[in-house]
Amino acid sequence: MEDNFEPKIIGFLCNWCTYAGADLAGTSRIQYPPSIVPIRVMCSSRVDPLFVLTAFLRGADAVLVAGCHPGDCHYQDGNYYTRRRFACLKKIFDSLGLESDRIRLSWISASEGPRFAKVITEYTETTKKLGPNSTKKEIFL
Amino acid sequence: MSKVLKINKSAEDGVRELLKFLLESGKVKEVFTLKKINSNNVVSYSLITRAEMIKDAVPLFPLMPANAGKLLSSLTLKNPLSEPIAVVVKPCELRAFVELVKIKQGSLENFLFISSTCPGVYPLDMEVNGDLSKKLLEYWDTVKKGKIIPDIRPTCNGCEHFLPYTADMVVSLIGKNTDKECEIFLTTNKGEKFAEGIGKLVEGELETQEIESLRNERKIEKKKLFDEIKIEKFGLSGLIETFGKCIGCHGCSHICPICYCILCTFESCTHELEPSAYESEIEKKGGMRIPPNTVFYHIGRLAHIGISCVGCGMCTDVCPVNIPISTIFLKVSEEVQDVFNYIPGKNIEEEIPLVKYDKEELTEVED
Repeated sequence: MEDNFEPKIIGFLCNWCTYAGADLAGTSRIQYPPSIVPIRVMCSSRVDPLFVLTAFLRGADAVLVAGCHPGDCHYQDGNYYTRRRFACLKKIFDSLGLESDRIRLSWISASEGPRFAKVITEYTETTKKLGPNSTKKEIFL
Repeated sequence: MSKVLKINKSAEDGVRELLKFLLESGKVKEVFTLKKINSNNVVSYSLITRAEMIKDAVPLFPLMPANAGKLLSSLTLKNPLSEPIAVVVKPCELRAFVELVKIKQGSLENFLFISSTCPGVYPLDMEVNGDLSKKLLEYWDTVKKGKIIPDIRPTCNGCEHFLPYTADMVVSLIGKNTDKECEIFLTTNKGEKFAEGIGKLVEGELETQEIESLRNERKIEKKKLFDEIKIEKFGLSGLIETFGKCIGCHGCSHICPICYCILCTFESCTHELEPSAYESEIEKKGGMRIPPNTVFYHIGRLAHIGISCVGCGMCTDVCPVNIPISTIFLKVSEEVQDVFNYIPGKNIEEEIPLVKYDKEELTEVED
């Protein structure tokens, strides 16, 4: 593994909680690795498993789906559905022998700027240990 | 214990007699069953309204030209049936239909479901190359013995759900003397009502020793099937190797009873690549596979239908390049279904896990 490997993490962030949390981390000037590429979605349940899969197969080193804490969803229960869907996808990754550590589901609220920074730092470290995603090298996928 | 209708004819003749009775007595308007279209064992699903045409019906023929779940859904997609229809289907077809009804792609109203303790079906190839006719004797012989039938679909080999869950009438085949007698179990009140007046009923138990031992045999067979392919060891390279053969015909999704979208996302413009996209892709990666994204398509389809897959085996049957799709899908789907303790098509009252939730659950996938 190269020492200077900087992972690229695609983040699907819910508009009402995590995206605002990311914003708070920024305005509070908390430092965190520049590895995350945020994509704003209106709710974490908007994330079709295909989105995660696309990012993964097109060479993202990790994919993060993040939304409001259970019970806090702006749309009442969107994130509960996300959790079930995500559990399915994770199981599919495991059963096919793909690295399921490269996908992650986190709950980060709008007031949790420091937690956002912590999650990203942590996840960047874990991904660094995993090394670059092998899908990157696969040309004929 | 349930009521049993005994007819002193071969199993197939007995079912034909039942169907004829249902049509003649006006209890059902139509019969949906497999029917011969010529003398060479070529069969297709058909709707029969005239009692005299029942003689061409082959309700227990060991072939699945299409998963009937999908066909029944197309009959009832817009409106429920206005008059009763008797349908003779295999257990996995019934399960597929129940799954489709759950996602509002059909209606169970006015259906009389007749199914059987299913010995399995042969791959479609065998009908095409004519080998099936030679196999029939062996088939019914092995059914009598209650053993696994050689050369049936791989997923049938490892199928544990061969006892129908929601049928109104169940024809008992496995371990029975199917040449001489036909035992039809009336498993619901509806089934009993429709059979009224056809003959004397006795009491009987559907679950027999033979069925239990076949189930165990099939469990072992299923494990063998999974061990052979080693799906959990696939990883990216295994997936590319397996699905690299895929020619992108999407036959597996067209034939799949659970894939119900009228416009599949994989065939929509969302996943269509414009010429410029090819160029940028080549520039970025230095080459690409054409047709692109076959691995993505198969994993994506798993993510969409895995929770409801009944493992009928149609997909493997239609694959022109012999990818063992149904084995892979069955294995992965079962693991997904196990997360929610869900058996697709078992109970119409039970919703699909993805449309409901518990507030406290699955803490291991979140943080």
